[in-house]
Amino acid sequence: MINLTINGQKVQVEDGATILEAAQKADIHIPTLCYLAEVQAIGACRVCLVEIEGNRNLQASCVFPASEGLVVHTNNDRVRKARKFAVEMLISNHPMECLACARNLNCELQSLAEELGIREVRFIGEQSEGRIDDLSPSIRRNQNKCILCRRCVTVCKEIQGVSAIFTQGRGFETRVEPAFDASLNDVACAMCGQCSVVCPVGAITEKENIEEVWEALADPTKIVAIQDAPAVRAALGEEFGFAPGALVTGKMLAAARKLGFDLVFDTNFAADLTIIEEGNELLKRVKEGGVLPLITSCSPGWIKFIEHFYPEMLPHLSTCKSPHQMLGALTKTYYAQKAGIDPKDMVVVSVMPCTAKKFECNRPEMNDSGYKDVDYVLTTRELAKMIKQAGIDFASLENGSYDDPLGEYTGAATIFGATGGVMEAALRTVYEVVTGKTLDNVEFTAVRGLQGIKEATIPVEGIGDVKVAVAHGLGNARKLLESIKAGAQYHFIEIMACPGGCVSGGGQPIPVNNEIRRLRAEALYQEDRDLGLRKSHQNPSITKIYEEFLDTPLGEKSHHLLHTRYTARGVYKD
Amino acid sequence: MDGEHQCLCAQKSEEELYPELDKIIDEHRGKPEDLIMVLHKAQNLFGYLPRKVQEKVALGLNVSLNEVYGVITFYAFFTTVPKGRHSIRVCLGTACYVRGGQGVIEKIKKDLGIKVGGTTEDRRYSLDVVRCIGACGLAPAMLINDDVYARAKPAKLTEIVEKYE
Ligand code: SF4
Ligand code: SF4
Ligand code: SF4
Ligand code: FES
Ligand code: FES
Repeated sequence: MINLTINGQKVQVEDGATILEAAQKADIHIPTLCYLAEVQAIGACRVCLVEIEGNRNLQASCVFPASEGLVVHTNNDRVRKARKFAVEMLISNHPMECLACARNLNCELQSLAEELGIREVRFIGEQSEGRIDDLSPSIRRNQNKCILCRRCVTVCKEIQGVSAIFTQGRGFETRVEPAFDASLNDVACAMCGQCSVVCPVGAITEKENIEEVWEALADPTKIVAIQDAPAVRAALGEEFGFAPGALVTGKMLAAARKLGFDLVFDTNFAADLTIIEEGNELLKRVKEGGVLPLITSCSPGWIKFIEHFYPEMLPHLSTCKSPHQMLGALTKTYYAQKAGIDPKDMVVVSVMPCTAKKFECNRPEMNDSGYKDVDYVLTTRELAKMIKQAGIDFASLENGSYDDPLGEYTGAATIFGATGGVMEAALRTVYEVVTGKTLDNVEFTAVRGLQGIKEATIPVEGIGDVKVAVAHGLGNARKLLESIKAGAQYHFIEIMACPGGCVSGGGQPIPVNNEIRRLRAEALYQEDRDLGLRKSHQNPSITKIYEEFLDTPLGEKSHHLLHTRYTARGVYKD
Repeated sequence: MDGEHQCLCAQKSEEELYPELDKIIDEHRGKPEDLIMVLHKAQNLFGYLPRKVQEKVALGLNVSLNEVYGVITFYAFFTTVPKGRHSIRVCLGTACYVRGGQGVIEKIKKDLGIKVGGTTEDRRYSLDVVRCIGACGLAPAMLINDDVYARAKPAKLTEIVEKYE
């Protein structure tokens, strides 16, 4: 333990702690900008400066190690002036477009300017000429707003193991972008959007589709359906002042109707369907000696990653489409027939915690209904913006409900949103289908939680020991794939592109950290416990859709509407 | 690189150099920490770092191309443009700077239509800045290949440069 003094207060911290961490422990606030807990501490922005007695220069507290006997001042006149100067320099090279910025009112630079009491822009410097890259269907980059904090670079390289963006050039010319001035659309980017979640400002955001959706809603000739992914209900509330972990399923459904959607479906229905199809795919591969391990395919960021970096392992992927794409295809076939609607008049909007799904819905193979199966993907953040734009008082909404039959779901579906959830849902169904026995304890806690790679062995009568693994975050996915290449044996693997799974996907409310990941996941596990039905094969609407339409799992209709194929892409092109 | 001598004669074609590059990469395979060293060796081999070389280094060392390019554009001694047949190096050391080196550079830039560090499209000339070539008494000084030009006057430069075919 180390003892030091901060602003006259005695503080004790573990060895290895920084001054910033020591201050946080003592509830002393030091403003930061480039620092992001769990992601990086690099001392780049100089916003977290503090004075240390005996040190001539002010020091960046996010990297300066605490040591015995230090006497630190975090808020004297000299520190305040230096900090203000650092932020003023950033602002001098920043376009002041707050009123028209996607991060207006949720921008760390704005908050800092407010916190430090900046009232005039003293330096009007030469502004560097950055570019706007909006060719990617998922991610929009505006280099002019970049403050070079490098959080995106670190997340993309260290946590996602992709490194699609990097600092290019030096000095005043420094940019954060791919090599050779390429667009993010033209390099091996997973489109996971984790960069947009950590960006403190509006330099990386999702590519918005809000206007297109408003237009569809305003068009009297269109029947517009909405579906929400499981993770959305566990985070949307945060945009309206609810604490992280508030479950707002009912309000979310009510808001969808108020916005004017004609049909309110739920991606969770298709999550249950995925379990039936994928579970059968697993059993088929086990019985017939197919390619194992089978790896889940519901995370399009993960799909883009494997297509770029491990194309030789594509045969391991389940051929199941991601759930919202299944639901899109079924809306425009099964539901359209049932309701007597011409699918050409339908518009399907998916609200997702994800930016990669914007890319996915534009993949050429996602047209199995004869039309674009999902027309637009909105992130959770975009849905919140629409609710605000419509003047809806979200907090006081009464609980709404989904429309049958593509809305009904079980607890197994809702936990899809947390890492390990798909695995757990699959095990619940596979166990009962194979053994014909009832599974009493449905909670497979070994695959829950934020450990990077989780493993479990489940004895299933009739198959033997089923070995499974779960990875979240593409860096962990890479490790798991390498271990498979080196000979590790598994039957079934779940991979989610985003650390924590969809609850902290690239389209979720900002900020995110491990505590928030945990709380959002807990909200989903709570909903699972609250639902009477907790196994996908118990969903009555699922039974019905096989009777009325699909016939049998992995049957011809399923094959056509619910399954897909993948594209091997190089590391450098496409 | 500043002041350092490089062989500018293109004796081997670029294609013939790739097997040598592969050998260099093999020695550092899977070692991202060796990136700068490998880029140095590659640049010594090729005279510059074309995209294909960068891609091979990236794959071999297990670093993304975006990072490789980031490192190259950060360090002034790496170049992604091939050198011209004739290397013009203008001194901007203190003495030359004080006595008009900048004017020499501006004139050549204008004549050739390239920036410092650049190469003309016909690959005839490339232009670089050096810091003191030990000819301070003759400032401003400039080198074309191995020839030293002392007291270079902007008015005479066009003629001097033209001599190098
Ligand atoms: S990034 Fe922040 S400071 Fe910059 S324009 Fe957007 S809201 Fe304003
Ligand atoms: S979307 Fe994901 S892979 Fe692409 S640059 Fe951002 S963090 Fe990297
Ligand atoms: S794009 Fe955003 S996260 Fe990346 S360096 Fe710039 S400001 Fe930081
Ligand atoms: S927060 Fe410490 S230097 Fe940026
Ligand atoms: S400064 Fe130019 S030769 Fe010394």
